Amino acid sequence: MQLSTQNQALSFDAPPVDRREILRYARARADGGAVDALLEDCLAEALPQLTYRVLCRRLEIEVTPAGVAAAGFRFASRQLAARLEGCAQAVLFAATVGLPLDRLIARYQRLDPPRALLLNAIGAERVEALCDAFCAALAESAICTPRFSPGYGDLALETQQTVFQLLDGRQIGVALLDSMLMTPSKSVTAFIGLKTGENE
Amino acid sequence: MKITDYMREHLLLLDGGMGTLLQAAGLRPGEAPERWNLDAQRSALIREIHRQYFEAGSHLVNANTFGANRLHYTIEELEAIVAAGLALAKTARDAAAGTQPKWIALDLGPTGKLLKPYGDLAFDDAVSIFAEVVRLGVRYGADCIFIETMNDSLETKAALLAAKENSDLPVFVSNAYGADGKLMTGASPAAMVAMLEGMGADAIGLNCSLGPEALLPVVKSYLEHASIPVLFKPNAGLPTEIDGKPFYTLQPAAFAAGVAEAARLGARAVGGCCGTTPAYIQAVAEAVADLPLLPIRKKNETVISSYTHAVTFGKTPVLIGERINPTGKKRFKEALRTHDLDYILGEGLRQQANGAQVLDVNVGLPEIDEPALLCEVMQELQAVSDLPLQIDTGDAVAMERALRRYNGCPLINSVNGKAESMAAIFPLMQKYGGVAIALTLDENGIPATADGRIAIAENIMAAAAQNGIPRHRLIFDPLAMAVSADPTAAETALEAVRRLHAMGCLTSMGVSNISFGLPARDAINGVFFACALERGLSAAIMNPDSAEMMKTYHAFRALHGMDADFGDYIAFAQRLQPAQTAQSASPAGAPAAESGSALQDVICKGLREQAGALTKQLLETRPPLEIVNAQIIPALDRVGVGYEKKQLYLPQLLMSAEAAKSAFEVIKAAVPAEARGGKCAVVIATVRGDIHDIGKNIVRLLLENYGFTVTDLGKDVTPEAIRDAVIARHAPLAALSALMTTTVPAMAETVRLLHEEAPWCKVMVGGAVLTQDYADRIGADFYSPDAMGAVRYAEQINETL
Repeated sequence: MQLSTQNQALSFDAPPVDRREILRYARARADGGAVDALLEDCLAEALPQLTYRVLCRRLEIEVTPAGVAAAGFRFASRQLAARLEGCAQAVLFAATVGLPLDRLIARYQRLDPPRALLLNAIGAERVEALCDAFCAALAESAICTPRFSPGYGDLALETQQTVFQLLDGRQIGVALLDSMLMTPSKSVTAFIGLKTGENE
Repeated sequence: MKITDYMREHLLLLDGGMGTLLQAAGLRPGEAPERWNLDAQRSALIREIHRQYFEAGSHLVNANTFGANRLHYTIEELEAIVAAGLALAKTARDAAAGTQPKWIALDLGPTGKLLKPYGDLAFDDAVSIFAEVVRLGVRYGADCIFIETMNDSLETKAALLAAKENSDLPVFVSNAYGADGKLMTGASPAAMVAMLEGMGADAIGLNCSLGPEALLPVVKSYLEHASIPVLFKPNAGLPTEIDGKPFYTLQPAAFAAGVAEAARLGARAVGGCCGTTPAYIQAVAEAVADLPLLPIRKKNETVISSYTHAVTFGKTPVLIGERINPTGKKRFKEALRTHDLDYILGEGLRQQANGAQVLDVNVGLPEIDEPALLCEVMQELQAVSDLPLQIDTGDAVAMERALRRYNGCPLINSVNGKAESMAAIFPLMQKYGGVAIALTLDENGIPATADGRIAIAENIMAAAAQNGIPRHRLIFDPLAMAVSADPTAAETALEAVRRLHAMGCLTSMGVSNISFGLPARDAINGVFFACALERGLSAAIMNPDSAEMMKTYHAFRALHGMDADFGDYIAFAQRLQPAQTAQSASPAGAPAAESGSALQDVICKGLREQAGALTKQLLETRPPLEIVNAQIIPALDRVGVGYEKKQLYLPQLLMSAEAAKSAFEVIKAAVPAEARGGKCAVVIATVRGDIHDIGKNIVRLLLENYGFTVTDLGKDVTPEAIRDAVIARHAPLAALSALMTTTVPAMAETVRLLHEEAPWCKVMVGGAVLTQDYADRIGADFYSPDAMGAVRYAEQINETL
């Protein structure tokens, strides 16, 4: 995959659905009955409405034990630094499965909470699967570290403000809220380190 | 000369990209381009870009103010940026060669935040953010306001309102469409045209996102629906990267050919967006130089819209669901009084499922704050349903507030021939757009004859025209009155429909009024509806839950060639059959109900419909309280225990809770509120800053099932609002939810405030990030790791009272 230093918007095909994972997010188990039927019904309704979009950019980074510097910003986080250690470049990305799912969830919160619960779990599984698909695409041409998101460990959630200065979320329809959460709610931002000797 | 006058006779050439040129000149990622306006060296570059656009032939150049608003800059810096930005464009205009007339626009881009309900920016705040910039633009001499790259319909509306309310300048509105031909938040071009044209934009269209060819279908859709000039500013294709710099694939000649095609089809203003340079605009200028100017035709379409799609009147009959209305509905009135929004929204969504294309919204009750509740219900409805709404109120304040915040182009119910009514409604239509239902009554009441009603319709039309509102923005309701009181009522209304239709007017009626006072009203309604459709009725305010009405509607369309291949009719027939089979099968279920434990089983299995039906049967032989105590509560306990023992999981718990809820609904309908008893009041909320409410909703659902009177304040609720609700209800228990570590401080603040000012109230907390330890530290009275734990604690509190 050709990685740009500018904002780059990508569309992905739907990754395969992991039903076990969805049920895990919903704190449920396959029961060969009502829960499975409800899950299938929810998938049939939700999947056609999802889009799989990623916005990314390649950054030159400088890693010190206390944090990471990139594009004139400093990310103070020992854990992020440890994750990106040995990398001269990183990819910063935002992934989303889109707003229509939030509308479905809002609707069924009112009308049918069990459905809302499963749709919510579907969204969580889908956006993680999208991140996996993006990482797999990156890994075809580079050696990548696992992804690391604002809000994990000692990388403060407030880092999102910087992330959204570097990524123009509008290009894939993602916006940052004052609470540092994102809308659509099924969105992820993360760093991935690129080990040297790849890509170019 | 005003730019709008010039556009009547000429194609307008806009400018090209700015941001991409500044990046090429060294604008760093995350750096604010508007600050360059204030830097001596860099501002010279901006001025030079403007000058080159004018020299390439642009009539209108956008000042470098795209992101200038108070979310990004202090007030002082904002003023300096707007002043400098407009001054740069003006100096460039003075310096530029070329004899074409030249104008300068204040450029208004999106705030970067998403509006509520999916984002956190309130509509009124968005208007005020834009208004501030507009006032600066006026002060520093902009010729026009160019709202651009908007990808959300509601934010676009906020910007346009701000422009109209704070200036007399022409306003151009340009949206950014995705590859699916829709805005990011879902609006179609037809929906945007309806909304923006109605609100008085001077030119509308699209910019950014894709190259000219990919956006051509959207341009065509604008041209098909718009009666005002259409503008087009696409990107130079898609960006790639060469040597670390962005590079747009489309070269000037190919770009210009694509843009010229749009102009040939009728676009009245053309330019470029990301990746385009003065060379591209020069190429466009040459490509469009000899194109003949297509006239801009008035489409005279009657269109309303939601935040996703438009509904057009006059082609096939439009069904307006009438059930969100308290008139004559005990249960609905109770829902309004107790602020039971779920019930109200449920009424809306059920009508949508049954085939309504528009929802009427009426929440008028003498004792409630109608302006506040109407807005709230409307906004909540727009969060869950994509149908356009018909705002139904006689309260002028409520009407204005609702029209202002409505996301789309609304249907207004209603105006009538009284001078007072027209004086109230027409100005609102001028400002907010929309189509109004016009009732044929006036100061002298409802005329007894069709002649009289037509005369009033003509008066309304004439008065509307004087206010600049053409007749296609009115739908006449000649008023179906009870035929039981006046045997000529049906024929009078039908004759009026026929004549209005012949005059080229659209019509609508509240069809079911006709059968008032008669038994088996559906039978009368269905036939009257058919008669009215046959005479040309364009819309009906009706009950979509009525099978008779829906049969008439689908059969009429099938018979009149309005339903290609009978697709809708066949789908309707398929839905109809199972419902009838289920009805005839229900008596067989009766013996099971007698046996008593059937309801328990059904609730445990989470069968919602059966739970309601069984409860109805049981009510015939048993007292309501016995059903609750001997059936519903034990069933919930069984499921709750199973969940606690991990034999059952969250979805099953919820499905049972839903089944129990539908049983309770039946009991509620049968027993007056005061006789139901019930347990203590609980106030529940997700704390300030947190927008996660799935967990909170689960707890609420279970608490309601166990008979608690729950006040749900929603999500992102301030400590003060929670305190006020607890005090107002003297609630002995408050339940707070937080999902994120960042919102735990807001929870701590709420706990403290409640303990200080409502010391009688216990506070229980829960949510993903909380632990017993955390809960102790913030002084909560109880921590529950799950919903059942919350119910058990609430029961405990209730018993100590």
